[in-house]
This record gives sequence, C-alpha cells and structure tokens, in this order.
Amino acid sequence: MNTFRIITIILISLFITKLTYAKNPSDLINEIVNQASIVLSSDDPVESKIIKLNDIAERNVDIDGIGMYTLGKYRKSISDEDKSKYQKLFKSYFLKSFSSRLVDYTDPKINVVSEKKVSDKYTIVNSVLEASKGRPEVKIDWRIYTKNPQKPLIRDLMVEGLSLARTQKEEFNSVIQNNNGDINSLFKVLEEFIIK
Amino acid sequence: MNKYLRIIILIFVSNMLFSIANAGSDGSLEMKTKSNSGEINDCFEKVNRGIFAFNQGLDKVIFKPLATGYRKLPQPVRSGASNALGNLSNVVTIPNNVLQGDFKDAGVNTLRFVINTTLGIGGLFDVASYYGLEKREKEDYGQTLGTWGVGEGCYFVLPVLGPTTVRDSLGSVANIMGGDTWYNVTIANDTQYFNEADYYLSKVMSGVDFRAKNLESFDSLERTSLDLYSSVRSLYLQDRRKKIQNLDEITETLSDDDWEEVDAQ
Repeated sequence: MNTFRIITIILISLFITKLTYAKNPSDLINEIVNQASIVLSSDDPVESKIIKLNDIAERNVDIDGIGMYTLGKYRKSISDEDKSKYQKLFKSYFLKSFSSRLVDYTDPKINVVSEKKVSDKYTIVNSVLEASKGRPEVKIDWRIYTKNPQKPLIRDLMVEGLSLARTQKEEFNSVIQNNNGDINSLFKVLEEFIIK
Repeated sequence: MNKYLRIIILIFVSNMLFSIANAGSDGSLEMKTKSNSGEINDCFEKVNRGIFAFNQGLDKVIFKPLATGYRKLPQPVRSGASNALGNLSNVVTIPNNVLQGDFKDAGVNTLRFVINTTLGIGGLFDVASYYGLEKREKEDYGQTLGTWGVGEGCYFVLPVLGPTTVRDSLGSVANIMGGDTWYNVTIANDTQYFNEADYYLSKVMSGVDFRAKNLESFDSLERTSLDLYSSVRSLYLQDRRKKIQNLDEITETLSDDDWEEVDAQ
C-alpha cells in the first residue's frame, strides 16, 4: 500500500510539473514578440540587434525541421553527408534572412487574437501586425509544432494566408530542378547568399 | 483591337489545350489534384522568366517610383483613392458572388456599392462600413471558374500584367466580353460620361495602390530570395488557391504531406 501511495505521489507531482512547464502557443508568440520588440526599439547597433534576434530565433524556431521541409522531394535522395552540410548552410541562411527581414522594423506591434489546435502536433496562432506609416494591417498566422508541449517551436509563418515555408520550399526546389537535380547548385546559392 | 483580342484568345485556348494534353488520361481530374496539392505547372518557364525580368525592369523604372510617390500623398487622399477603386471592383465581385451561389454577399456588396457610390461620393468614403455593412472579399471570374472545379492550368507571366494562369486569363477575358460593367461603360460602349482613359487610369491606379501597400514586402522578398521568379510564382499560386477556397488559414485545407514526412523522420 505504501508503495502504491509513493507511486501515486510521484505520478501526481510529475503531472503537476508537466502542467507547470507546458507552454501555451499564444504565450510563446507573445513572449517572442515582446522580446523582439525590446531588441528592435533599442538603441543598440544593427549588428548587436541581429545577434539578439538570431538568439531568439534559435531558441524558438525549429530551424532543422523547416530546413528538412524546404528540401521537398529531394529530402529522400540526399546523402547523409550532404544532409549535414545542408543543415549547417540552411541555418546560416535562415538566420541571416530572418534578421534582415525584421531589422527594418523599429517597433512592430503584433497582437495575438486567437489560437486553434489543428492536430495533436500543430496549433495555429492568429495575430495581427498593426498598420503603420502607410503599411496596411497584416494578418500573421504562426504554425506552432506542439509535439513536445514543454518546448513548442515555430515551424511556419503565414502572412495573409501565404506560407513562408511553402514559398521557401518551392524556391529551393526550383533552384535544384533548374540545375538538373544537382543539390550542389542549392549549396552554391546558399553560400553566395550567406557571404553577401 | 478585334484582331488583337482574337490572338489573345487563341493563345489562351492553345495554352489550355496544351495543359490538358499534359495532364494525362484524365486531364480534368489530374489538373484538379495538382491544383489542390500545390504542384506547379509552369509550362513555359524559360519564356516566363524572360517576361518576368522585363516586368521587373518596368517596375524599377515606372511602378516602384510611382508607388513611392503615391505613398507620400496624405493618408486621407490614399484612403479615398483606395476606397473608390475597391468600390469600383464591386461591379465584378457582385456577378461573381451570384455565379458562386453566394447570394448573401451579393446582396451586401450591392448595398455597399449603392451606398458608397451615392452617400460616399463615388466611393471615396466607405459609408457602408459605418452602417455595419463590412467589406467582403473581392471575387473575379477566375475564382468563379475555380469554384466550379476548373483546374488552374499552366502558370504563365504576361508582359506588364504579371503572373496568371490559364484559368485566371480566361476569367480576365470574361471581363472584356461583357462581365465587367466598368469596362462596358468606358470602352465597350460609347457613353457621354466615361471614356477609355477612365478605364485605363483606374487599372493603373489599382496597380500603383497595390504596389504602394507592398513596397517593404517586395523589397524584403527581393533581398532575401534566392530565386525571385519562383518565390513570386509560389506566392501568386498560393494566393489564388486561398481566394478560391475562401480560406483564412491555408494550412487547414491544403494538403502538405512534407510536414508529415519531416515529423516521421
């Protein structure tokens, strides 16, 4: 009986711990938006802002997952060696592309309006980027991967319903396809972008 | 003009036939599947890339500077122009609401058009929204064909006008075959109130208004794209598919097995 009590206590405490650390997808987006807003509205030099933004992205975005997704059909035929090279290149490309898009904004106001669990693994968080200086209001939906509820990760951004991950996938596939299916052609343009 | 129109129609029809021939034994079924799965049917990619480069040049020299200048106008002027152009688009949206069986939106859009054209002084002010008649999504003949199950066919790029598909081009042809009242009263028929210049001015203004609203987005896309042509193609096709399905969230309905595969790895 004592053993049973101990097991029950352990299970309950484990459950409570899980509840305590499970992060709500909307909270994740609010947190990221607040962190990014502090960085972008600061007087730090651009280089410092980029480092901080990249740090936020590395902690909250599933960069490896997006990288694999964007390879599309070529994911199946790539060798392990090329896969590892690609993942390194993609991470550098992603972070550079991500920070250079954001750094133009001085203080973006993004408000989370709702969230919808679409499957066991995904929740879509709906938000709105407020209109400013001639830019209209923009709807931004975040695809959050919630397989591990303690560490939800961003996998896609849908700007006015248009998926950035899908756009990226079709762009990468176009580069490879137009070079006779040679994955090295993608590596080359990624490298050129990174050193640009 | 008639000869020019005939040539355009011939190009569209042959393009359509080409895409059906490419679609295999059950053309319509496969085209529909392709459209839903997000596959791209870029039949004349080399030519399209050439036209795209030409359009990019035009944009740099004409449209971007115009849009940048337009953005400097006071906000009320830009809002007024945008409202008037949006109001005018109702003459195409309303018949398409009806063709898609969406009679409620057809009614709301008709009321909006009447109120904004009269009380809103030619559509400059969105008085209808003040009375609780909120703005609805725009509809066109390309979208109607899509809702009827017509596949998008080949993707291609038109000089000046930009990205389109066979289905969307057929939709545009419907505009000039009597489906657009604004075209009918400015170009197709001689009226004492409007002329051809009014129609072309409204089209140029729509382009500039759209470009002005997306100046930063285009710059950002240009800066971060590895292949701008394929990014624009992807965004155009996603946008059209989303509009045809009248979706707010593309992720829920467009199949994308790649995420499932990534998860399984």
